[in-house]
Amino acid sequence: MEALTARAVLSVEEIRRDFPLLTREIEGRPVAYLDNAATSQKPAAVLEAMDTYYRRSNANIHRSIHQLAAEATEIYEGGRAKLARLVGGRPAETVFVRNATEAINLVRFSWGRANVEPGDVVLVTRMEHHSNLVPWQLLCEETGAMLEYVELDERGHLDLDTLDAQLAAGNVKLLAVAHVSNVLGTINPIAEITERAHDAGALVLVDGAQAVPQMPVNVAHLDVDFYALTGHKMFGPTGIGALWARRELLEEMPPFMGGGSMISAVEDEHSTWAQPPAKFEAGTPAIAEAAGLGAAADYLSDLGMHAVRAHEREITAYALERLAAIEGLRIFGPRDPGERGGLVSFALEGVHPHDIAEICNRDAVAIRAGHHCAQPLMRVLGVPATARASFSVYNTKDEVDRLVMALENAREVFGL
Amino acid sequence: MDQLYREYIIDHYKNPRNFGELEPHDAEFHDRNPVCGDEMGVHIRLNGDRIEDLRFHGQGCAISQASASIISDELKGKTVDEVAKLNRHFVIDEIGVDLSPTRLKCGLLALKVVQGALLGRMEWPDGTPDEEPTAEEAARLRAEV
Repeated sequence: MEALTARAVLSVEEIRRDFPLLTREIEGRPVAYLDNAATSQKPAAVLEAMDTYYRRSNANIHRSIHQLAAEATEIYEGGRAKLARLVGGRPAETVFVRNATEAINLVRFSWGRANVEPGDVVLVTRMEHHSNLVPWQLLCEETGAMLEYVELDERGHLDLDTLDAQLAAGNVKLLAVAHVSNVLGTINPIAEITERAHDAGALVLVDGAQAVPQMPVNVAHLDVDFYALTGHKMFGPTGIGALWARRELLEEMPPFMGGGSMISAVEDEHSTWAQPPAKFEAGTPAIAEAAGLGAAADYLSDLGMHAVRAHEREITAYALERLAAIEGLRIFGPRDPGERGGLVSFALEGVHPHDIAEICNRDAVAIRAGHHCAQPLMRVLGVPATARASFSVYNTKDEVDRLVMALENAREVFGL
Repeated sequence: MDQLYREYIIDHYKNPRNFGELEPHDAEFHDRNPVCGDEMGVHIRLNGDRIEDLRFHGQGCAISQASASIISDELKGKTVDEVAKLNRHFVIDEIGVDLSPTRLKCGLLALKVVQGALLGRMEWPDGTPDEEPTAEEAARLRAEV
């Protein structure tokens, strides 16, 4: 399905030395961190970028004339430029926010309230994270629009035939879709979906929180309208993410929050707005976090996103193979590693996911158990929760083996 | 021997006592642990102000299901006032294993729904990690226990 344009292979041993936390031991064992879809660990370069900003250049941005303010502004805007470069966007189209959730809510409050009317449809998919679902429920409640779901086939792919039928009705204003599912791992064919949505007059918002850390993303090639991402899943700090949006949309959209930095001129009764992205960045932003996120984007760029993707694919293929051999284990989502990102959700018959995670934790294997903020998806999968192992550039096959041993142990504890 | 998943815990999980529906019943309540999605419901039949019979139903981890099963027999015969005074110590004593802060709510969900059914009490039994009792509530519980 995908062409591997680069044959570069990551040196995992070298990469692991970049991440201070990976030297951490829990009760004498190095931690096998397999919860990267929740948040990634941070390379030293990111921590140093933030530390250096505070130690050497701390000042507020875009205001004062002095040297420190100029440096702080350069660091902040430099972070934006590095991030924009990683995802193929222009800095002027890249708005800093707190996280992907805020990026999506920005679109809801700004574009949504100005453009969505009674009788319109907002399309979401059955595999959305609550962050790309609840904002649209709320928008529909306040505007009188209707929320519809694009359903999935039995392998966890979007059913594109029903999507076509839903688009053909002609009243779809927005399609909100994950680039990579945080539960199923499915990589959605965004460019293809976007072409169909645009033909039907709908805009497309993509939740890229899971995709940006693990595969090449180019918003221009995808031709989407909005792309949301978060820093902390891509080796950056918490508290910063971004909304990329097409320039003409950002120019038309009303402000999200009002305050300093986002104005051009403030009269007594009304104001005029700064150009995007400043128009959407009211108040003093997360400057140190922008420095960290810029360093994270550079770290990924230096590894090379094709090489990152190749590693994710290889370790996921290995995990799928090893997990499938465990008796009573059910894997959710596509079986072809070429069609999924670097995570595997599963259920083990007779052992609840929380108990799986608890028993894994005793062997210092960190996995997630729960509904993964995707309760509508859990309902169609027919399970209250799943266990999930999610991989990053620093994970090894040895860590997958430790997961498999912990799962065998869980079966033993439960007398299976 | 496993410190948490003792044989009797696994046995109660696999073969839960007093599980299912109870018709007719005088009180019922259903709740979930929003953090993990575990859910638990209870049907209670009263004789005066005493629990004559009860049934739990729901799905969740071994700790939440075994806790419900283990406390179910102990709850029969208790008065509403007695149920009001039960707290996490009752549950931990009954199940006989220590619960880490992350698993405490799993263990307390069964008692929570019983107190919800009989007292309309919406809060967690005392001592859950993110919902410490208010000073007033704690003083009341201390006075009562």
